[in-house]
Amino acid sequence: MALPRPFTRKQRTTIVYGMLAFVVIINVIQLWTLTATMNAWLAGDGSVVWPAAIFSLLCVLLNVGLLRYLRYIERARNDA
Amino acid sequence: MGHAPDDPRMALDARVSSPGREQITIAPDFRPPEAQPAWRQDFPIDWPQDRYVERRDFMKFLVLTSGAFAVGQLWIAAQNWLRTRRGLSPIRRIASLEDVAVGGTLVFNYPGEHETCVLVRLAEREVVAYDQKCTHLSCAVVPKPEQGILHCPCHNGIFDLRSGRPIAGPPRRPLPRVTLDIRGRDIYATGVEWRAA
Repeated sequence: MALPRPFTRKQRTTIVYGMLAFVVIINVIQLWTLTATMNAWLAGDGSVVWPAAIFSLLCVLLNVGLLRYLRYIERARNDA
Repeated sequence: MGHAPDDPRMALDARVSSPGREQITIAPDFRPPEAQPAWRQDFPIDWPQDRYVERRDFMKFLVLTSGAFAVGQLWIAAQNWLRTRRGLSPIRRIASLEDVAVGGTLVFNYPGEHETCVLVRLAEREVVAYDQKCTHLSCAVVPKPEQGILHCPCHNGIFDLRSGRPIAGPPRRPLPRVTLDIRGRDIYATGVEWRAA
């Protein structure tokens, strides 16, 4: 799929800022999840471990997806 | 404006005025190229490009960090699986009441041979035992029955001897308690009780 018109650099910078906001929020949530899971596990509660791991993996996939989209719009720009 | 061919400002002006080019050098103070100091004209930096690249690279780093968090979660999950696989701790004879005087202590390994625990005899038929690793940074705690505490010398963490709960210093979680059973004159360990803060 080709973009109808590649983004300008200014637009791409705006996109990167938007993505950064998402990625930072996701990372903070992941960090909180990690510390909460570790705390629960050290207290002997293993029930949250797998749901938290799956949630964290979903967060990574979301982040990787955003990064791939950034590469996609860069490639579209370079191809144009 | 007449610039000499070797005038460094020419390069800057050429970038600004090149039609159709996106890589335009714009100084951070947004003043025109002519108003910029000589050093900036000598070494023009494509600031918008620089800004874009550093944000993009920062985002890549954050995605890498996100991956590291997920790896950490998987590590906890793997440790949890190992703990579940080990199953319940075995019931094992630790010592006889005669081996520990009232107010005395005994170090033993339970449930594994590398997991060190400490037993304290509080009264004639009252004994308590805890994992010896401090819940702060895993230093070995030292029982002080005369003061009714377990002391961690690394960061001055103090736990209550009867409950194992932290009462001073950086630890936030109680020490894992080894459940004990006195059968006749023998002390048996029957399990490990992990407790929340």
